Amino acid sequence: MDKVLEVNNLSKIYGKGCFSCFELTGPEYDTNICPQCGSVIAAHDVSFDLYKGEILGIMGESGSGKSTAVKCLYFDQEPSSGNATFFDEGEKYDLFELNAAQQRRLVNQRFGMVYQNPHLGLNFDISSGGNIAERLLMSEVKNYSDIRLRATNLLTRTEVLTERMDELPKNFSGGMQQRVQIAKALATNPPLLFLDEVTTGLDLSVQAAILDLILEIQQEQQTSMIVVTHDLGVIRLLAGRTLVMKYGRVIESGLTDQILEDPQHAYTQRLVASAL
Amino acid sequence: MNKKPILQVEGYSKYFELHEQDKIIPSSHDVNLEVFPGKLTALIGPTGAGKSTVLKGIYRTYLPSCGQLLFRTKEDIEIDLAQADEHLILELRKNEIGFVTQFLHALPRQSAEAIVAQPLIQRGMDKTQARDLAREMLSAMNLPEALWGISPSTFSGGEKQRVNLARGLVSRPRLLLLDEPTASLDPKTTEKIITLIQELKSDGVAMLAIFHHPELVERMADNVVQLEPPIGIEKTLKEIA
Repeated sequence: MDKVLEVNNLSKIYGKGCFSCFELTGPEYDTNICPQCGSVIAAHDVSFDLYKGEILGIMGESGSGKSTAVKCLYFDQEPSSGNATFFDEGEKYDLFELNAAQQRRLVNQRFGMVYQNPHLGLNFDISSGGNIAERLLMSEVKNYSDIRLRATNLLTRTEVLTERMDELPKNFSGGMQQRVQIAKALATNPPLLFLDEVTTGLDLSVQAAILDLILEIQQEQQTSMIVVTHDLGVIRLLAGRTLVMKYGRVIESGLTDQILEDPQHAYTQRLVASAL
Repeated sequence: MNKKPILQVEGYSKYFELHEQDKIIPSSHDVNLEVFPGKLTALIGPTGAGKSTVLKGIYRTYLPSCGQLLFRTKEDIEIDLAQADEHLILELRKNEIGFVTQFLHALPRQSAEAIVAQPLIQRGMDKTQARDLAREMLSAMNLPEALWGISPSTFSGGEKQRVNLARGLVSRPRLLLLDEPTASLDPKTTEKIITLIQELKSDGVAMLAIFHHPELVERMADNVVQLEPPIGIEKTLKEIA
């Protein structure tokens, strides 16, 4: 079993922060806003690891810090403290010590990200094929026909009609835009994929098809994934292990079936009991 | 018996702490048992004695409250399933420990044969080969061929149960946990299943099973473990503290 990612004590504070920030916030205090200085503790002391081919779920309500954790790892945000190590092709990368160029290389080639909002993951001014080409150009593929072929293959894989690859993403339905986003994220065969609420707001049938696609990709390519969601169904379907977050803290973690059938924390018990 | 047990459960208890209701519900209390390769240990006892809770604790769907669940791996390493790392548990589930639950949980868009082939594909078997083995197993279970390609969501209870059993048996785990595997089957199919289980046993598969009928226990079990419902249901968390 190969470890792909190890995250230790990751924290993110919005605001100046003070000595009481961590002591007076969290699930016991029912808030993530520090009563002393007003800073928001978006995430505190988040630690986990991820193995090759594994899907880890991060579950929690809005504002629990689940997206913050992933955004720090993808360099969309800067963490306040903590460290994260990415293991790739025999190399170790201390993620929060890398310079901007090194970070860009990982984001362009070794990480993939699929956002809830396709506007964040896609460039809406260029065609869907162009979006994939853009990502391929930032990695090593430079030859036009190679790029075209790879884009066609990826869109076929994610079931986007290739006749429409030269159309702008705005012409597509929400589900189709997510498929283009997934194709773009997969363009460089990244070993690590982040999925942030990717099916939230889509029709149920479209959700199911996209989740099935994600599972197939994981099985075919042994991609490691972190899936952020508030949806118990998504967690049940995709994740082998799950972290539950509340007020910026990981309150519980375990095997997904154990979290769902034998939740330990009062909050998780309430969450599971409120499933539809 | 000169063979070492594959599973040794010592002092296993499980209680559920329900925070919302401020209650502790005991489910299994001080369970001790052993399971040997090629042998079947039967768990018996009235409803509420915590039989399924023992199986779920071994599979780690439930977090054991106390006790040791010592499992001996293929490499002859002893692991306490109550404490083991989650990644290790996932590996063991994939390669060594199988669980046939009481009810089939499957996606409504998966065909019966895909469900049965799944554990083989997860182990890295080629898809066509896995499908072939799945079909063989479904045929051995007497499931009509017309049903193989469709989702079990419209199946009868007995048909669903056969799909569930086929999935558990097809991957031939070293330890198989069976929760009332023949509860909703007709006598003829039950006989088929018994033959299959006997075959797996003679292949060396160790089993821990809950059976509905005393007669089945009589026929199948090499060891019998009797459980009783734990006393003192429902205490508030405050009383304990």
